[in-house]
Amino acid sequence: MASQNLQSVPAELSPEELEREQAGQAYFDRIISEDSRIEPRDWMPEAYRKTLLRQISQHAHSEIIGMQPEANWITRAPSLKRKAILMAKVQDEAGHGLYLYSAAETLGQSRDKMMEDLIAGKARYSSIFNYPAVSWADMGAIGWLVDGAAICNQVPLCRASYGPYGRAMVRICKEESFHQRQGFEILLELSNGTPAQKQMAQDAVNRWYAPALMMFGPPDDDSPNSKQSMAWNIKRFSNDELRSRFVGMMVEQVKVLGLTLPDQDIRFNEETKKWEHGPLDWNEFKDVLAGKGPCNAQRLERRREAHDDGAWVREAAAEYARKQAEKEFAA
Amino acid sequence: MTAPENTTPEHERRNPDFAIEGHGDISVGVKGAGASGDGSASATRITPGNALRPEDIALEIRRGQVKPNEDVAEYALRIGDDSLILAQRLGHWISRAPELEEDVALGNIALDQLGHARSFLTYAGAAWDKSEDDLAYFRREHEFRSAHLFEQPNGDFAVTIARQFIVSYYQFELYKRLTGSSDQTIAAIAAKALKEVDYHRDHSAQWVLRLAGGTEESRRRIVRAFKLVWPYVEELFEDDELTTRLAEAKTGVQPSSLRADFDHLTGAVLQEAGLEEELALERIPQSLGGGRQGKHSEHLGYLLAEMQVLAREHPGASW
Repeated sequence: MASQNLQSVPAELSPEELEREQAGQAYFDRIISEDSRIEPRDWMPEAYRKTLLRQISQHAHSEIIGMQPEANWITRAPSLKRKAILMAKVQDEAGHGLYLYSAAETLGQSRDKMMEDLIAGKARYSSIFNYPAVSWADMGAIGWLVDGAAICNQVPLCRASYGPYGRAMVRICKEESFHQRQGFEILLELSNGTPAQKQMAQDAVNRWYAPALMMFGPPDDDSPNSKQSMAWNIKRFSNDELRSRFVGMMVEQVKVLGLTLPDQDIRFNEETKKWEHGPLDWNEFKDVLAGKGPCNAQRLERRREAHDDGAWVREAAAEYARKQAEKEFAA
Repeated sequence: MTAPENTTPEHERRNPDFAIEGHGDISVGVKGAGASGDGSASATRITPGNALRPEDIALEIRRGQVKPNEDVAEYALRIGDDSLILAQRLGHWISRAPELEEDVALGNIALDQLGHARSFLTYAGAAWDKSEDDLAYFRREHEFRSAHLFEQPNGDFAVTIARQFIVSYYQFELYKRLTGSSDQTIAAIAAKALKEVDYHRDHSAQWVLRLAGGTEESRRRIVRAFKLVWPYVEELFEDDELTTRLAEAKTGVQPSSLRADFDHLTGAVLQEAGLEEELALERIPQSLGGGRQGKHSEHLGYLLAEMQVLAREHPGASW
């Protein structure tokens, strides 16, 4: 299995192998310097492969775990139109998970293994999904803020140097953009609704704002991997840069919503030409990442349950396929 | 859809990283739709192309172009309720399916069913000046007209597949005939639904074959599943005074007239799966039914409680 190569770089290379490695590295360096694309069969440094595999699989896991807080409201959606939109959205997320697992598989790791790692608690996913979706307005706030932040993060990834990842991101971003509009529309409707609905919308924005800002990752001076990712043309902008752009967009859009952001310190810095925001609780971020969020155990258990309950179905499908192949061979 | 006025800041338009379609103009693109209530202006239009949408039917109703008579409305309510209750059941699978592909597939089927329900309920509601949501969220249990099969719990994946297998073959035969209904709206909804239900048949038949021919465990489960849901088949094909009148008016069909084709086509799949003898379906006692008259099993109350809770907390609110 190719994934084992990650750990087993030979210590001693023969002269031919050394030459191949050097030629590979030269090709890789040229592709990166030309801002062109690396494809699955191309030579790539093991660290590049590892970084991508980690990032893409985490992204896939986030899509899959991220289905849960929203699926939680499918059966209770307050109108049939909203129910249809929400179903379609959660279904899109399963689709995103599928593209991303496929992109990650081109790096030599099977989807089964990635799923195993997720269920065993060995893999990470976006920690924001460890917060509960407690009201219908959360469907709006998740769409507007969480998908909004995801878009800011992901649009630059459409140009990521690894071909399968960049291409998967193009389609994902289009759908995410749609999701963000849907979230915005939910909040707009609530904000223009009854006082109770407006209160529900404001409460959801208050709860999701800070976690959404933290989705961009730790501040630049505390983000050790960012620099290398940028040198490899995987990442294009720093965490703080993206966060600042996001704040700038939200500050305008929240006015249209007739709601407020729970942050007194938002301002545009004329000197740096950047948007600034109030302090974020990075200790909470680290706690949630470390498994102490309100829903960490619940989210993983739900995934594990779906996986375990479905084992007999997957076995049946595999066995049926085997028997069919056998029949065809005999015929 | 009117073109949204472009308010994207210049620096974002020039920067390809932030110029993804529909992103920068979000506030304007959505504002118009939310305020006008015109379905065709919605940013969340989810049916592609020129396919018939519930919003189109609602528009025709508002313009006074279509209005069902009492019989047709009652009939549309039955069919719509079947789909709505099933969509509610299937929606629960999303994020819980055995494979991601099935999260997508069951989600798709649920969405199709919900779409059919919305169209039929919108049309039915025109007779009583009620919207699809009035009918879905503000009727009580005994006012629902769905057959018992649709409210049966999901059970394991085999139960869901067995239920889906019966439903999709039944709905296919029903919609096939309704495309010839003398009621243009019923015919149009059926024409759209027919194409989708055809895929549902394929999906469920493939799974019946796989589960029956897969492992011992899967075979045991699909056999048990069919025994669990088959008692609710007869009710689908029962005629009554309403269907007799509708069949005479050529707006609807007698359910009993669908039975032979249903038996023939489902029988072929069950035979290929090698299940016919083991199931001995003809010996499974058939439940009395009563759903069309609003008599339901114990399951529907819980399903409605969950579906309606939020809408009823905020009566008169719009979402």
